[in-house]
Amino acid sequence: MSVQQIPIEQPLLEVRNLKKYFPVTNSLGKVTGHVQAVNDVSFHMKKGETYGLVGESGCGKSTTGRTVLRLIEPTEGETLYKGENIYQLKGRKLLDMRRELQMVFQDPYSSLNPRKRIGHILEETLKIHRIGSKQERMDRVMDMLNKVGFQSEQYFRYPHEFSGGQRQRIGIARALMVDPSLIICDEPVSALDVSIQSQVLNLLEEIQDEFNLAYLFVSHDLSVVRHIADRIGVMYLGQMVEEASTDELFAQPLHPYTQALLSAVPLPNPTIKRERITLKGEVPSPINPPSGCVFHTRCQHATEICKKNVPVKRDVAPNHAVACHLYE
Amino acid sequence: MQTTVVREQELSQVKSHIKKERRQLLIRRFLSNKLAVTGSVIIVIILLFTFVGPLLASYDPYELEAKQRLLEPSDAHVFGTDNYGRDLFSRVAYGAKVSIGVGFFVAIITSILGMIIGLYAAYYRSLDNILMRLCDGLMAFPAILLAIAIMAALGPRVENVIIALSIVFTPYVARTVRSSALVIKEQTYIEALKAQGAGATRIIWVNIAPNVISPLVVQATFIFADSIITEAALSFLGAGIPAPAPSWGNLLYDGKMVIFNAWWMTVFPGIAIMLTVFGLNLFGDGLRDLLDPHNNKAKK
Amino acid sequence: METKLLEVKNLKTHFNTERGRVTAVDGVFFTVYAGETVGVVGESGCGKSVTAESILRLLDEKSTEYEGEILYKGKNLLTSTINDMQSVRGNDISMIFQDPMSSLNPVYTVGNQIVESIMLHQNVNKKEAYEKATEMLRLTGIPSPEKRIHEYPHELSGGMRQRVMIAMALSCQPKLLIADEPTTALDVTTQSQILDLINELKVKFNMGTVMITHDLGVVAEVCTKVVVMYLGQVIEEADVRSLFSSPYHPYTDGLLKSIPQLTGDRSKKLHVIEGKVPTLHQIPKGCRFAPRCAFASEKCHEEMPELAQADHSRKVRCWHYKEIFQAGEEGPYVSAADSY
Repeated sequence: MSVQQIPIEQPLLEVRNLKKYFPVTNSLGKVTGHVQAVNDVSFHMKKGETYGLVGESGCGKSTTGRTVLRLIEPTEGETLYKGENIYQLKGRKLLDMRRELQMVFQDPYSSLNPRKRIGHILEETLKIHRIGSKQERMDRVMDMLNKVGFQSEQYFRYPHEFSGGQRQRIGIARALMVDPSLIICDEPVSALDVSIQSQVLNLLEEIQDEFNLAYLFVSHDLSVVRHIADRIGVMYLGQMVEEASTDELFAQPLHPYTQALLSAVPLPNPTIKRERITLKGEVPSPINPPSGCVFHTRCQHATEICKKNVPVKRDVAPNHAVACHLYE
Repeated sequence: MQTTVVREQELSQVKSHIKKERRQLLIRRFLSNKLAVTGSVIIVIILLFTFVGPLLASYDPYELEAKQRLLEPSDAHVFGTDNYGRDLFSRVAYGAKVSIGVGFFVAIITSILGMIIGLYAAYYRSLDNILMRLCDGLMAFPAILLAIAIMAALGPRVENVIIALSIVFTPYVARTVRSSALVIKEQTYIEALKAQGAGATRIIWVNIAPNVISPLVVQATFIFADSIITEAALSFLGAGIPAPAPSWGNLLYDGKMVIFNAWWMTVFPGIAIMLTVFGLNLFGDGLRDLLDPHNNKAKK
Repeated sequence: METKLLEVKNLKTHFNTERGRVTAVDGVFFTVYAGETVGVVGESGCGKSVTAESILRLLDEKSTEYEGEILYKGKNLLTSTINDMQSVRGNDISMIFQDPMSSLNPVYTVGNQIVESIMLHQNVNKKEAYEKATEMLRLTGIPSPEKRIHEYPHELSGGMRQRVMIAMALSCQPKLLIADEPTTALDVTTQSQILDLINELKVKFNMGTVMITHDLGVVAEVCTKVVVMYLGQVIEEADVRSLFSSPYHPYTDGLLKSIPQLTGDRSKKLHVIEGKVPTLHQIPKGCRFAPRCAFASEKCHEEMPELAQADHSRKVRCWHYKEIFQAGEEGPYVSAADSY
């Protein structure tokens, strides 16, 4: 779990200058512009580490997660998994990558095939990767069901017979079936109730220790990310504006956007009254992002330089990088 | 090893128990659906008539009896006789096999073809344009005209009627399958399969196909009914099953000439067609309510 | 402060479904005074939204049966005629919903929709109604409302749409606002803007507000009084400070402890309430929380506790809250606020 490991160690996953632009077409099918969903994002993850990707809707955090898994092909940039660019993998190697990188989805309802028994849903992953005989596969599925808190006889039940939290646990079990080393969790607890959310978060933490998993944890909920992540990247309008270890980020948020975001979270404690930073206006359109710093239109510290020059993400402290002209 | 065997047995028990439970639930739900029950009762009666009717008929449907022409319904001839003196009851009874057989085979063939076309069109965008424009082209003709044209090209045989009607109705099935498959394709579990490296065949046939079965079955029931009507219309126009084979359409064709002096020649085959189609349509509607989870929720 | 606006007394809402009668709300009590915000919290399926819809009688009348009383200014809404209800809705009590997109009609401009609701309830002509609508949009903080009033819902962002909904709800200056998860679909920064707006308007119009939410953070931020629901019942009622500093009911306590915090120690494991909420078809016999409660005794499984006065401002539905609360000063029962 700890962040400080031997510095020479190769990162498990390294994302370099990732860009994903979606074309926008008019009614005649002509491309009129591009949604710059992910715009030059770089970060890396170590083995067994949890990296939180936070931001508001439309900031590109989910697209980043999906592009890393190559569910979406990138416009530019590369993602190195154990030193290999996954956008160039083919055939057997691509299948191996798909085995080691798994994903847990947000919606526990649409992420399980309603026509399949949950045992078969879990078994399918093994079938895809041609693992084990029929008997071995069944045993593995049973073991996994027990591990995530089900009884063996629930093997034959259909997804609609389970609650949201239970389905999410099945989704996690599915990702675990093939011994992955990295799981991309796309808002895994956002659709769940508070009491169920804590069950699922605890389960994620338990299996992380047991299997030495790394998580790319995509979420809009800062309290959840604070609880589970070792390091956090904050995204705004397709760019990563700040990146720091969790404690550092919450103790000393540097980017004005991060500060505003943190101050906007309602605290479940009526005795604390904070000074809230209210952001002016709305998030600009990702088709036409502002020039210079993408945040300058809403930033209370914006100066002339912010409108002209794009700030570069730079280290301002150990484990703390920020893309803002205030810290240059 | 020992434990595995025990677990196996235990599990197969659980499995059969769960299956039994589900079956009972399904039966209960079916029985509470009035449309489906009425429809299936009518269908069962028609089927009984189709298979038992010919046994009850005491006359050969092809046997001409010049003296017995155009007799009104009586004890000897329950439905009367036609203009060649053939017993109408046996002709309707034997005709049932032909008409229902045509409908059945057309429903099966269109389901298979429509499923394949619909699924691939939905999954591959590049195929979608070609396949769907083809379907649009076929659907641009009125069904009956297209069927007549194909019959003219192929010649009047029962097999050709089935082929012609299958060509006419496949686009409708393909469209239904495609539109359901497009919805399923966007579900997260399909994305999850892709993320795990599943190939197209697995995604299409193991995961999308079972989800389009219910709309497909409903559609097939309606196609069944439609092809019985279209076959009748074809035969009525003389472009369908060749005489003297007794299909319901042929019987109507024969009755057309004498409609003012022998009402029974049009009425009995007409009732047979109407009842069958009515039963099938009721059953189809009922099935749709049963299989569509949204409909069930709405009822609550 | 002392005008009693709404009093819900032992509300029960039953649905007649295919699978038999289901009681979604089974014993809800609370009172709303002018200028006060009452939070109704609970997890999905606890009946909080059904409670809100029951107040305005928005549920399908054919398959719904009500019991108990909902007194608005002393008049029982549950026995009012449809016509009376019509004039109460919008005029006296307004409601805003979770999903601002599906609550607005996509084929009319936002102006049209606000004007329609103004003209329905007030005796004004179209021009005055438009002026009033523009004024309301300005009040909810929409920039250049003269322009925005002619736009369609899809041209607005989620936050803007929710502002339009609020403008529409407040256009007739209701005495009571029911907000059903008004910020759940919004981002945090937008959420804080909307919560500020509701707070501000509440003071301005001296409105009573019922805030239905699952988010305890939102409750702490805007509410003065809180009602906690579990499986169709109110299990605890308290002023907001006491509830967060010393919850009496074990469920409330568990809920508070299972939220990840933004401050304090983050290495601790999250508290878990074991099990899951039962469905309405399998309601436990005694206390409804007993199967998941760590303190449940024989009695809890057998007899349902009533919502009883605990101290002057608080009510709780639990047999053992006194013992649990006293024992809880140490050991497993540390209240959530101590972790700050």
